[in-house]
Amino acid sequence: MPDAPGLELIRGEIEAAHPGAVVDTGFAQGRAVLSIDPAHVLTVLGWLRDAPGQGYRFLSSLHAADYLPSTPRFAVHYELLSRDRVERIRVKALLEDASPAGGVGDGGVEDDPARSAPPSPATGPAGQNLPEIDSCVGLFPTAEFQEREVFDFFGIVFKGHPDLRRILLPDDYVGWPQRRDFPIGGEPVTFTYNERNYG
Amino acid sequence: MADPGTDVPVVGGTFRHPGTGTSERETEVMTVNIGPHHPATHGVLRLVVDLEGEVVRDLRPVIGYVHTGIEKSCEDKSYWKVIPFVERMDYVSYFFQMEAFCGAVERLIELEIPPRAKYLRTIFLELNRIHSHLVWLGTTALDLGAISMLWYCFRERDRILDLFEMAAGQRMHTRYFQVGGVIEDIPLGFEAKLREFVAEMPLRVEQYQALLDRNEVFLSRTKGTGIVSRERLLELGVTGPLLRAAGEPWDLRKAFDYLAYPEMDFKVPVGTVGDNYDRYRVRVAEMVESTRIVEQALDGLPEGPHIAEDRKYVLPPRSELSTSMEALIHHFKLVTEGYRVGPGEIYYAIESPRGELGCFVLADGSAKPARVHFRDPSFVNLQAFRDMSVGSYIADMICSLGMLDPILGGVDR
Repeated sequence: MPDAPGLELIRGEIEAAHPGAVVDTGFAQGRAVLSIDPAHVLTVLGWLRDAPGQGYRFLSSLHAADYLPSTPRFAVHYELLSRDRVERIRVKALLEDASPAGGVGDGGVEDDPARSAPPSPATGPAGQNLPEIDSCVGLFPTAEFQEREVFDFFGIVFKGHPDLRRILLPDDYVGWPQRRDFPIGGEPVTFTYNERNYG
Repeated sequence: MADPGTDVPVVGGTFRHPGTGTSERETEVMTVNIGPHHPATHGVLRLVVDLEGEVVRDLRPVIGYVHTGIEKSCEDKSYWKVIPFVERMDYVSYFFQMEAFCGAVERLIELEIPPRAKYLRTIFLELNRIHSHLVWLGTTALDLGAISMLWYCFRERDRILDLFEMAAGQRMHTRYFQVGGVIEDIPLGFEAKLREFVAEMPLRVEQYQALLDRNEVFLSRTKGTGIVSRERLLELGVTGPLLRAAGEPWDLRKAFDYLAYPEMDFKVPVGTVGDNYDRYRVRVAEMVESTRIVEQALDGLPEGPHIAEDRKYVLPPRSELSTSMEALIHHFKLVTEGYRVGPGEIYYAIESPRGELGCFVLADGSAKPARVHFRDPSFVNLQAFRDMSVGSYIADMICSLGMLDPILGGVDR
């Protein structure tokens, strides 16, 4: 892992090249975390991958988390690994919820007009706006399945993904079940034939 | 019914009606559906394959048939109740799932586990690795026509399951690892039985090799098939034996410091070409290395407690409950509410039999995790299947799928 000063050096170098890209840095449990603006996700990931002295060429894992009720609500996590120096760094792209009024069981805590109306809103089945971020499949081909999984469960749209469909849930599924406001047990029973006739 | 020669939309792609023509049939690309219930897919995996004659031209895996929402269910369970859930993801390497989750929580609460627990965990992880590779070898050889291999492999697998049953009371899904250590110390007689197994296992591996290494059918089916270059595998995020078979000596047991692996002397087997034969050789060699690790861990097994003493996270011993009021209170709190984990998030990765198994835990300060995510190696490795199979015969595709060793419970979670 880069230590805390090493992380600040990385932050400084990214800030110099792309002002405003890094929102915050964190260092907890010996893990370095770089929180970034989602608009700069490809430049930051590309820089960490290709800049001399960095070499985070392996994307271990890409997953998302829902931080309801804090803002920004979502974060896409990129667990990068430098296999030469055996170092990990986590890049967190913080995403606002794009649908403050609407969606499944809305918590009613989001109100950020700056990002709630993107120029070309991707809409989910319920017609709500979805948060968007650039796809990193061009940089890391391994992200293809994992971005589809994040889209499937969180309704985060990856712009430029070659084949953004649901991956684990059925194609006609409605809702984003890993969001914190999606209730457990909110799944209707599909096979009710026996229940209806003999139950 | 659709007209011959037209594309019929199906879930996951389109199905080209084979048509009735006779002359152009030789070169026409036909889409064939394999699975989801097919013996050769090793689980509920569905493949939509474009075939030109017998040659695979394109392939799309369709997954999700055994998705059970385990990650979502974990959010409604206190931390100690999550352990049996995550075991059921990758149901062949359950000890690894437990270690990934328990290790992640231990790092979040900064709980050091005692040395004996580290060694015991190492022993059971490596036994589980042998068990997982035995299941793989038996079923994959079965796909290639070597039916007797299944009985030889499952004979040794059963002895490992006997050992698990002796220590944990269960043959599979043991819930043996706890946050802080392991639930119980190994029983009397376990060591002798394990030593017997460790002494015998290298001879058994030699038997497997004697059955397969000069088997003409097995060799011609595996050699030179399913090759993917090392660079492409790294791009696709492939880890584990698949990557090592292509010549990349990357093993998290060597790279990162966890459990008792830094004290163990073992080799990382690597291949040269990266074909299905190398994948077979690497896994068989790993079984021998795992046996060595088990033996060393057993020799160096330190005395002392098998679980941490921190009463905030670990159940007090049963004997204290009748004498100590404080122990009773701790026991009550831990069983009813569970322990709270301060806000934080962690990604902890270990080397499972299939590659990098990562566990991401997000804690919000309550007694239940806010998110549990598993980076399952089968799920990521499955992306390499298209590269392994396109351009090869459909029979080689089945061989490559076996050598890929996906566990669909882990893929779908």
